[in-house]
Amino acid sequence: MSDFSIIGKRIAMVDAAGKTTGAGKYTDDLTLPGMLIGKILHSPYPHARIKRIDASRALALEGVVAVVTGQDAPNKYGILPVGHDETALAVDRVRYVGDNVACVAAVDETTAEKALELIEVEYEPLPAYFDPEESMKAERDLIHENRPHNLEKDYHHVFGDPEKGFAEADCIRESRYIANEVTHAAMEPHSTLAAFELDPYSGALGRLTVWSSTQVPYYLQHKLSLVLEMPMSQIRVIKPLVGGGFGGKSEVIPLEIIAAVAARAAKAPVKITYTREEVFWAHRGRPRTIMDMKIGAKRDGRLTAVAARVVQDGGAYCSYGVVTILYSGALLGAIYDILNVRWDGYRVLTNKPACGAMRGHGTVNVRFAFESQLDEIAAEIALDPAEIRRINLLQPPCITVNNLRVTSYGLPECIEKVVERSGWRERRGKLPRGRGLGIGCSHYVSGAANSIIRSDMPHSTVNIKIDRDGGVVVYTGASEIGQGSDTMTAQIAAEVLGCTLQRVKIVAADTDLTPIDIGSYSSRVTFMAGNATLRAAEEVKKQIASAAARKMNCVPEDLVFRDDLVFKRGSSVSSVPSGVDSVVAGRVEGQILRGSLQQKRKEEVPKDWMTFEEAVVAAIDFHGALTGTGSYAPPPESRGGSFKGAGVGPSPSYSYSAQVADVSVDEETGEVTVHKVWAAHDCGRALNPVAVEGQIIGSVWMGLGQALEEEMVWKDGLLMNPGLLEYRSPSAVESPEIEPIIVESIDPEGPFGAKECSEGSLAATIPAIANAIYDAVGIRLREVPFTPERVLAAIRARDAAAKKLDLTEGVDPTAPTRFREHGGALWFRGKGPKRHELDPARRAEQLAGGDD
Amino acid sequence: MKKELVELKINGRRHELAIEPSKLLLDVLRQDLDLTGSKRGCDDSSCGACTVLVDGVPMMSCTLLAASCEGQEVTTVEGVAEHGALAAIQRAYGDWGGAQCGYCTPGFMMTVKALLAANPDPTEDEIRYALSGNLCRCTGYSQMYEAVRAAIQAEQKGREQGVGSRNPS
Repeated sequence: MSDFSIIGKRIAMVDAAGKTTGAGKYTDDLTLPGMLIGKILHSPYPHARIKRIDASRALALEGVVAVVTGQDAPNKYGILPVGHDETALAVDRVRYVGDNVACVAAVDETTAEKALELIEVEYEPLPAYFDPEESMKAERDLIHENRPHNLEKDYHHVFGDPEKGFAEADCIRESRYIANEVTHAAMEPHSTLAAFELDPYSGALGRLTVWSSTQVPYYLQHKLSLVLEMPMSQIRVIKPLVGGGFGGKSEVIPLEIIAAVAARAAKAPVKITYTREEVFWAHRGRPRTIMDMKIGAKRDGRLTAVAARVVQDGGAYCSYGVVTILYSGALLGAIYDILNVRWDGYRVLTNKPACGAMRGHGTVNVRFAFESQLDEIAAEIALDPAEIRRINLLQPPCITVNNLRVTSYGLPECIEKVVERSGWRERRGKLPRGRGLGIGCSHYVSGAANSIIRSDMPHSTVNIKIDRDGGVVVYTGASEIGQGSDTMTAQIAAEVLGCTLQRVKIVAADTDLTPIDIGSYSSRVTFMAGNATLRAAEEVKKQIASAAARKMNCVPEDLVFRDDLVFKRGSSVSSVPSGVDSVVAGRVEGQILRGSLQQKRKEEVPKDWMTFEEAVVAAIDFHGALTGTGSYAPPPESRGGSFKGAGVGPSPSYSYSAQVADVSVDEETGEVTVHKVWAAHDCGRALNPVAVEGQIIGSVWMGLGQALEEEMVWKDGLLMNPGLLEYRSPSAVESPEIEPIIVESIDPEGPFGAKECSEGSLAATIPAIANAIYDAVGIRLREVPFTPERVLAAIRARDAAAKKLDLTEGVDPTAPTRFREHGGALWFRGKGPKRHELDPARRAEQLAGGDD
Repeated sequence: MKKELVELKINGRRHELAIEPSKLLLDVLRQDLDLTGSKRGCDDSSCGACTVLVDGVPMMSCTLLAASCEGQEVTTVEGVAEHGALAAIQRAYGDWGGAQCGYCTPGFMMTVKALLAANPDPTEDEIRYALSGNLCRCTGYSQMYEAVRAAIQAEQKGREQGVGSRNPS
């Protein structure tokens, strides 16, 4: 008999059938009688003052019921208490192309779209900022008046003594890395349906019910209350099935507020579903990040110091920005044992859609820079890249220099496993030209130890109710978004109670029915909602055990709950039925017959075992209703330090990943093909290996997309690729084989030892591919994605360098940075090597009287 | 636009509908017939979540006029289950993790159904090629291949058993 009957088994998601048959309902699948369709008017300017909005012609159109603008809901909100800078509809200013200006509620989509064209808006365009470095210099026409220099927030952290660390280093590398902007592009476009109850006598507005594609129903309830000035108890948020989030639905998205405001004005249910283009404008993805990274190491591979300056192009609103920038610092060096860290983070506002949280929140881009540079150092001191990572491992349990508590740490085993499975030692460096192997590591939080709204409230609470026939209902606020939250909850409840999975029914994410849970983000659900479920189930189990123990003449501690049975520990195997099928009670249909059979069993003398159902009946007869509650709050010792910005980064536990990528590079076309990725992930304990592997593969695949293809391309604030064909992600044909390797470090505090598994892997993929490209063709790519253009440019630069052309010779240090970066400084003020006599550019220079 | 009477045959049932000639098949399915299994993920045939079979051929219903399907057999994801029980491919997608958020899954069901109807024993490359018109952001596709292979095996086993029961030997 293994330790567990349900935990660790490969189990199909409990809601899988609804998804494969199409019967499952997502928000856009819902309709209500008299429902109107809402359509939003968006700004055509990146930055402008709204001088006038005239909706009279739109309102006059037949079929239009209401038009709402910013004046209808001027209260500001934002996901972070420090970032209340948004209104769902622009009040007097638009801040990006696509900003929300007005909303029409009409009888159908066609009418609503027609009405949008009839709304007259007069704008006064303002100067706009698109580049974060330029935006930081702004003195006037600020994006938000209370943010000087368009700087949302900057932090400067120093741990240990970085200067001393660099002084001790034998080898220092310093370079700039750039990661371009990517977005979640979840398959389900955001959708919200809002309906007010109306008093039948007065027609006055009553309670509001909102169905929405959200990862955070409770935050939505909170923000709706703020904007609509209604008590939270008057607002019910229901989360139907959600078609993927990846962070894009982890805060309140304008349409969720707009739908409610429109429903209030129209006094009728209003549904708004974004078009795919609108989803790109709603965005909240991973910001473009400019990273100046510096790492120092001893000749033996020990890292002595790391310094990073990180600038994030945050877009027009704060969103999760403050958290994103802090994550880029908090998790920068904490994966390894580095005692000296300097980090300067700048979150900058620009006139583009707001960036927010995306899978691997804040950590992905800095991991790319760090792990790439680590590879450069390994190359310089002639050390195996896997080895340099091993040399710098933490010695857990420990607390890192920036006050993160590390308990379980499966990174050593992750590195060992990928090295072994990929044939690293045998194959690396021996592959034909153009093909290479690269390694990368990453880590991530299992939920944030400090919630967004600081309080002592538990982060997750779960209620369990058991019916008289042994049906277990779990009420959880945790949001299933496809990651398997409902299945995880059912597994934990069933395992603790020793009943079958089929007995468990999940009621989730309905603010009227389920206790509060702060949502599905920062990979917190398994750890926190899982622990709450565990505790709730333990509480109910205690009640069942006390009643069953009386029946069986033993102490409750002697009872074992397993396989739908409750039996005395150590009772002989023959006296315990092997399967439930052999038990009459509970298997016979019809309540009367069942009741009489139960009565018969009840009258029997004390026995060694009871069915789960009999034990439940005994407990209900004894206690009355059978319910239990459990909640989880991260322990105080996991909540981090007290310096400014210390709140972000601490977690009750961290996951670890190591990956090896096998790639080939076509030196003629610049095309990179990833053949295989070996991805080892320390998830504590795999509660359901199918789900864990699915999360690892999905993370690696998304990282692969960011590494090779995905990029939001901007031109003067206008998104050039707002569609799934233009915003390319790898198709089934291009997707490589990904071998997930589960590493179980059995976390001391996770439910059954489990921790995070759905975000951490992403960050290791990009550097693993970058390092493999270097191994294959000797080019170091410092800008993601590695498109054929960038690869080819780097190959040409490599070939030029091979011709002994010293690109830094004669560089004028006073030349503008822009010139220096592109090598153009060589010719700045006529300095630098001379052009070839036949070079047409030289002739032009001569004609212009240039210094020859 | 003035509505016209259109007769559509969907999942074996005949429906007489008064719709605008410009109405898209996806909208008719979702709005007029409440068959919401087919999803809208884009508006331009780039994601495949709205895939249905028209006379057995996978088509993207978000860019297909409903009226153009008159006289043809339309099968949606609601028509895949057999007598209320999951078809082999639906079961396999659940068991093997082929569906996570599930939004793209109905489209994949239709694509795979068409693939297996045309080619009951496809190679890995053929599966990948067939699935490449449908986009999924959750799974990275790997577990889908396992699901498709499991479904093929289940089908073959089912066929063998079916043959066996007719000809007891």
